[in-house]
Amino acid sequence: MTRTKRRAGRRHPLATVALLALGLVFTGGAYAALSSGTVAQAEIDPNSQQTIEEGKKLFQANCATCHGLEAQGTANGPSLIGVGAASVDFQVGTGRMPMQMQGPQAQEKPVQFTDDQVKQLAYYVASLGPGPDIPADHLVNGGGDAANGAELFRINCAMCHNVAGAGGALTEGKFAPPLTDVSGVHIYEAMVTGPQNMPVFNDLNITPEDKRDVITYLKYLQDNRSPGGFELGSLGPVAEGLFIWIFGLGAIVAITVWITAKSN
Amino acid sequence: MAQDDHSGTELAAADSSLAAQEFAGSTGTAVIPHDAFENPGFEPHRPRVTDEDAGREKRAQRTVYTLFYLSILGSVWAIAAYMLFPIESNDVGAVRLNNMFIGLGVTLALLGIGFGAVHWGKTLMTSAESIDVRHPIGGSEATQQGAVEVFRQADEESGFSRRTVIRNSLIGALLVFPLPAVVLFRGLAPQDQIPVELLSHTMWAKGTRLALDPSGVPIRAADVTIGSAFHVIPEGLVDLEHGRLEEKAKAAVLLMRLDPSELNEAPDRESWSYDGIVAYSKICTHVGCPVALYEQHTHHLLCPCHQSQFDVANHCEVIFGPAKRPLPQLPIAVDDEGYLIAQSDFTEPVGPSFWERH
Amino acid sequence: MSTATTRSTTPAKRSFTAGASEYINDRTGLAVAIKGLGRKAFPDHWSFLLGEVALFSFIVVLVSGTFLTFFFQASMAEVHYEGSYVPLKGVEMSVAMASTLDISFDIRGGLFVRQMHHWAALLFVAAIGLHMLRVFFTGAFRKPREINWVFGFTLFILAMAEGFTGYSLPDDLLSGNGLRIIDGMVKGIPLIGTWTSFLIFGGEFPGTDIVGRLYTLHILLLPALVVALIAVHVGYVFIHKHTQFAGPGREPTNSVGPPILPIYAAKAGGFLFLIWGVIALIAALFTINPIWNYGPYDPSPVSAGTQPDWYIGFADGALRLIPPGWEFVWLDRTWSFNILVPLIAIGIFIVLVLIYPFIEAWIKGDKREHHIADRPRNAPTRTAIGAAGVTFYAGLWAAASSDILATHFSLTMEGVIHALQATVIVGPFIAYFITKRVCLALQKKDREIVLHGYESGRIVKLPGGEFIEVHQPLDEYERWRLVSYESYQPLMIRPNARGKITVGQRVRAGFSRWFFEDRIAPVSKGELESGHDGHH
Repeated sequence: MTRTKRRAGRRHPLATVALLALGLVFTGGAYAALSSGTVAQAEIDPNSQQTIEEGKKLFQANCATCHGLEAQGTANGPSLIGVGAASVDFQVGTGRMPMQMQGPQAQEKPVQFTDDQVKQLAYYVASLGPGPDIPADHLVNGGGDAANGAELFRINCAMCHNVAGAGGALTEGKFAPPLTDVSGVHIYEAMVTGPQNMPVFNDLNITPEDKRDVITYLKYLQDNRSPGGFELGSLGPVAEGLFIWIFGLGAIVAITVWITAKSN
Repeated sequence: MAQDDHSGTELAAADSSLAAQEFAGSTGTAVIPHDAFENPGFEPHRPRVTDEDAGREKRAQRTVYTLFYLSILGSVWAIAAYMLFPIESNDVGAVRLNNMFIGLGVTLALLGIGFGAVHWGKTLMTSAESIDVRHPIGGSEATQQGAVEVFRQADEESGFSRRTVIRNSLIGALLVFPLPAVVLFRGLAPQDQIPVELLSHTMWAKGTRLALDPSGVPIRAADVTIGSAFHVIPEGLVDLEHGRLEEKAKAAVLLMRLDPSELNEAPDRESWSYDGIVAYSKICTHVGCPVALYEQHTHHLLCPCHQSQFDVANHCEVIFGPAKRPLPQLPIAVDDEGYLIAQSDFTEPVGPSFWERH
Repeated sequence: MSTATTRSTTPAKRSFTAGASEYINDRTGLAVAIKGLGRKAFPDHWSFLLGEVALFSFIVVLVSGTFLTFFFQASMAEVHYEGSYVPLKGVEMSVAMASTLDISFDIRGGLFVRQMHHWAALLFVAAIGLHMLRVFFTGAFRKPREINWVFGFTLFILAMAEGFTGYSLPDDLLSGNGLRIIDGMVKGIPLIGTWTSFLIFGGEFPGTDIVGRLYTLHILLLPALVVALIAVHVGYVFIHKHTQFAGPGREPTNSVGPPILPIYAAKAGGFLFLIWGVIALIAALFTINPIWNYGPYDPSPVSAGTQPDWYIGFADGALRLIPPGWEFVWLDRTWSFNILVPLIAIGIFIVLVLIYPFIEAWIKGDKREHHIADRPRNAPTRTAIGAAGVTFYAGLWAAASSDILATHFSLTMEGVIHALQATVIVGPFIAYFITKRVCLALQKKDREIVLHGYESGRIVKLPGGEFIEVHQPLDEYERWRLVSYESYQPLMIRPNARGKITVGQRVRAGFSRWFFEDRIAPVSKGELESGHDGHH
């Protein structure tokens, strides 16, 4: 092999120092740029006739094709009688409904309605039959016991959603989504309603206080970056292995080439 | 270079004779061409810019010592960071800063020395190459003969090959002497236990209530709504003084409620469930990971370790992946107070297969 | 023993270093070694440094690991965590887990050293892997280095064992499930499995002994073996002297490169710090093994994406690729082929890699020492076999992340598994075929270049009106790099002295044909001269 590595000799050693400085600024900046979003609570009266009427109109225009004019269900969509406001708020509020197309599972996408419209739809469906309600603020604001929440999360949730909430694979192309940017309200609603293939965690299985603790833990993960530095997607040893092969060993091979290149 | 008479022939002959094996330099089936090119010898030495240009040499020198000074700066910074970024409070952000700033200081200290030393070697040290002569690894004929002679003499003086009874009895003794050590290793596990017996039983017994993991609160049948999945341990597990994890590793159960119409139950196991509520061992029959990824509509249970899939609606039969056996089912019933109880222990060993299992 | 330092006649002028070195040498005789080794040539090529990457990252592992032992407590006694990490406060866990969390959250710089240790360990095994690939593809395992290949490969296995025992020490959920898998695999071994698992764990899984036992292996037995084998392995590099690539002036009988003192020492010494620096940089900026997320081991929970560290991935992947139903009850005993087949397949693979140098030597029958490294293209069959092996390994390795591949590429995990099953079985053959063809094509290209020179891109019109492209001939140095390799012929079977053809001969001839029937010989002088007549 005839190697000519003239270029390697020209790399200025100070470049490394500059790179280091850049890394410092970058990580410091990233650390400072922590953001925690809070869910705006809409001022909609759940029991007023007007809310339910508005919701019904929205339902008939946007949902009735699959779920039926009276939400009684059709061949293309299940009955929504008795699913409760929580279910609608979750499905519509995360953009999963209305569904874009049939697939292994409904995908998250930009929310199609305003917060008020989502609530109107939710209370309309809630008026059709009793079901889980949208949780009160004190249950979803992250004021609980993170340690208890973490333990419950590991036992009940981590096998699908990953211990760090990074998500994971299910059978036949389905997956448990990442929880890294899901709001407390939606986490709570998912637990009580069991959307798609997720099992239901009713209040006798995980009490509302325990649910608050689980949300507290997830909020803790969202609000606190990993103490060790960049998380590499929290995917565990696979990401770590790829990183060391591509970037670790890659950088070192580049150094070996520089070391053995003839100086000009 | 050794050449033999195979060269030039179209096909090399098998070195069939003993003589060929004794000849250490046999080329085997290598082809030795008659008119190969000769090695042209070394290329003329090419001087570097630092050899010719005094200015460049000075600059390289400056770069090297700057790097070494930067390294000192990095070390000092790492020590300063140790003090400037304490981690006394319950704040992971502080740990992050501590880790990062100490780490970057150490990095600078190390890379400064590294880049400096290599740069010094590359640009300022003499670039001439040295040439070593290789000698055969086996040493000269005389050395080899000398070694053989040493062994021969040692053999003669000791009588190692002559006194066969002594020699063979020694070999025998050497073979047997490690055996007591092997036996000692039996002590690695308790003397009074047999693994097969332990593996065949769990903590579940007739009447043991199903309780929530981790709290140990018993579960009522009415609490388990359709679509629910409860992670279950036997009541009393949390109060065990010893062997809690060992018992849990066998007794962990997943409790699910399906629409009874979706459950295909074998006639002899219809009494094992209660109104669509079924309980299955959570320990994979492949290599023992907890199988707990329950999909409430497809009724699939997935193991996250090796992707075995079990169909809860069909007695947890394997539908994909390396596992062979269905997850063992725990027969359940309801007691007078409405709590779920086990009818008995599992009817087969739970968890991974083992040799004595049948 | 004579001293090699020059004794100064005027003591007043002697420097401190001269005095000190004389003092030391008079008591150690080091001068003999320095005189013998100090100016030894070390051939220079980037890929020759990969072994050093492994050595130096091991040094980092050793230094950082020693620091960690001062804080880590290898006990499985249960305690309630009372350290700084809020989401685990009050949680019951083993002392091993709690002390690892204390290293991470309550000892300044502890997390940095822990991350450095783990990253360096990943790099250590990866560097050994890459180094082995370099040695394989350049044929640097040929006589006299076959046994050193075995030592090196044993180090690779030991490094994996070191890694796995270390990964299991914190007693967290991820590594605990890893041990659970080991327990399940051991139990699947016929006859001895159940008892072996029982003895390893000191009773039923998980027991309270395993962390302490792994700790002894991890910090005492395995490191001692690794250090001893590294000493032998590197010692043999000195005895054999390093291989070198073919080049002008480079002969099988010499070794050409910068002298150990000073250039090689400066570069290699600097390289140690560079590798350490790269590891430190990664440890400062990137999380590894966040046990605070995993939580303490408990047999009930598990995390999605439960994987071993990368170097155990191929074994985990092999387990995943087995189709359903490979387990039988026969003679009243359970035969777990879903565990045995991966174990046996990996065992065969490891043995083949281990003994490959001896197989190739037997096929070639070449008893000479080889100190000139092959260019991979000049040993097409070996290179193709290597590519097949890499594909097989890579397929198993990828299978260990089948779930992550599925979620990140929007595939079904069943599809990923089926595709990888095909890759592991068919892939090596495809890789073999393609690689061999590419090698032969490259050899042909080299012949073309030697015979006709480089295409210069300059088009010239001849007096007759014909256009030709002028080819730039090679200088003798470049030509030497392209022609100085050896080729082998298939073995022809001949009866031995007793007029018989043994089975061994037939097998060897078969292998030899497979290896060498597609042979492209280097250009000879005669060919070049006659080649010039008809071409431009």
